[in-house]
Amino acid sequence: MVPNRAVASRASFPSRLLTTWLVAGFLLSLVVMASLLYGAGPVSPGDAFAALLGNGPDNAHFVVSELRGPRTMIGLVTGLALGLAGALLQSMTRNPLAEPGLLGVSAGSGFAVALAILFGASNATLTTFVAQLGALAGCALVIAATRVQGLGNDPVRLILAGATLSGLLLALTSMLMLMDQRAADEIRFWITGSIAGKPLTLLSSTLPAIAVGLLIIAMVARPLAAMALGEKAAVGLGHHPGRIRFLITLSVALLVGSATALAGPLIFVGLVVPFIARAFAGPDIRKTLWLCLPIGPAVVLGADVLSRLIAAPSELPLGVVTALIGAPVLLAIVRAGRMPSL
Amino acid sequence: MNLTETATLAADNITLAHRKFTVAKNLSVTLPPGKVTAIVGPNGCGKSTLLNGLARIHAPDTGTVLLDGKDIHVLPSKEVARKLALLPQDNTAPEGLTVADLVRFGRQPHQGWMKQWSRKDQQAFDHAVTAADVIELQDRALDTLSGGQRQRAWIAMAVAQETPLLLLDEPTSALDLGHQIEVFELIRQLAAQGKTVAMVVHDLASACRYADHMVAMKAGKVIMEGPPGEIVSPELVHTLYGVHCDLLEDPATGSPLLVNMRRERSDHARCQ
Repeated sequence: MVPNRAVASRASFPSRLLTTWLVAGFLLSLVVMASLLYGAGPVSPGDAFAALLGNGPDNAHFVVSELRGPRTMIGLVTGLALGLAGALLQSMTRNPLAEPGLLGVSAGSGFAVALAILFGASNATLTTFVAQLGALAGCALVIAATRVQGLGNDPVRLILAGATLSGLLLALTSMLMLMDQRAADEIRFWITGSIAGKPLTLLSSTLPAIAVGLLIIAMVARPLAAMALGEKAAVGLGHHPGRIRFLITLSVALLVGSATALAGPLIFVGLVVPFIARAFAGPDIRKTLWLCLPIGPAVVLGADVLSRLIAAPSELPLGVVTALIGAPVLLAIVRAGRMPSL
Repeated sequence: MNLTETATLAADNITLAHRKFTVAKNLSVTLPPGKVTAIVGPNGCGKSTLLNGLARIHAPDTGTVLLDGKDIHVLPSKEVARKLALLPQDNTAPEGLTVADLVRFGRQPHQGWMKQWSRKDQQAFDHAVTAADVIELQDRALDTLSGGQRQRAWIAMAVAQETPLLLLDEPTSALDLGHQIEVFELIRQLAAQGKTVAMVVHDLASACRYADHMVAMKAGKVIMEGPPGEIVSPELVHTLYGVHCDLLEDPATGSPLLVNMRRERSDHARCQ
């Protein structure tokens, strides 16, 4: 009598999730191919393809393996980190607009790095660490803000608070740029957001932090899903909301700090990626996180390929392209009449 | 299903405070096993605070809450969640969450990091959706259900937890009469299957009708405790709510019925 229906309802959804995941994974592989074949260096797609197969001219070989290859990998990791961080923040603050870029987490990270550059930092490991510390501070401020009575329940007010924090940090960063011309050039290039010309050593310096961030997600995904039922209900199911919030904050800081160290403070990625993922995954954060894995890299890398093609032969900064894509999505969410409740 | 496992829950001289403001002082309450206990009292008397204290949501400043004789705040939270299920008042669900999704959450205390959905989880799930009569609603999103159906789905989640104890904070507060009865009858059924239930009820009449045991609170203190038929009197009602009333016996169930409720005693004289 009963069990059949119950089993049927269980089986149908994961298979749909798998299909979506495979489609997203396929799209991602197309974007990766495009990233290797187009832009960044004077090599035609045909030559680049030949180089991938081990033939082709030497310069094509160089461009693909030394320029586009690392750039592609950095794009993949940045997208992965920002997509997951956005999904985590949105779930924890129960706010579909919560996004590291908009809430000042990236700006905190950016300010910290600008400060480090001013004091002469150039070591990749140091930059990564400083970016993570800045992200942690920004993240802690955001969480503190959501705990203020009323603010956490109102998505738009939280974003306003985040915009204020971002604005302040941006102003402080600009002030730093007035203090030293050499640092100013470096900061200006970095703060627009770009994954072009970044060394692979930078990537390897962020990988441990990203691994820890992912491990934390694997540990707290289930309790985080339960938090969506309300804090008391989560306690009732045997979870510790305070502990979960702390771990999520840590994970977001590690992920956003790493992404910022790699690509500069990119905004809107953490908004757009979970938004797309949720449309297919439904209300469960665990499914959303799974889908963010292929979608995040695809969005960042796709935006990066566009940044090379729009104004070819010169390039637009990646941060400009993500903003051009993200701003309309934000407007669409806000204009949707009522915000989806998470 | 008859629960073979039982558990006892008691508050031993607990004092509960919000910030520095003491809400409930020196409370000692023991839930009678296999019975439905209703916590009643006027608004702000501390009844929800007591329930939250019993459910380890609210840690007492002094005294201890004892689950099977052990301090509930010392026991691992997950272990507690296998003995005690809670239905809070301010629960929320993300948009689009289905009844089946919700009920599955009830199995979390039985799952581990590597222990995914097991056969036993599925059995508990099937039992819960049957017991709470939400089989037909499984694939519906919670936000599309009526208040009574939604509350039954939440109770199904708590039932899936397979705990001997079930605590509910105002399970019928936002429901109309039909839905209230739907939920209370479900709660009675669960008690008949061996669960020990405690619930905060703001409607004294429902508490008289559906509870075996009543804890009457006022201004943070338990002023009377016992079966409704023994402790409910016009004096108690007046002490709790400041209203006068007469009592009848429900011809169908024998439980006390409050009638002729009014604010002024003078009305009472006129009626006689």
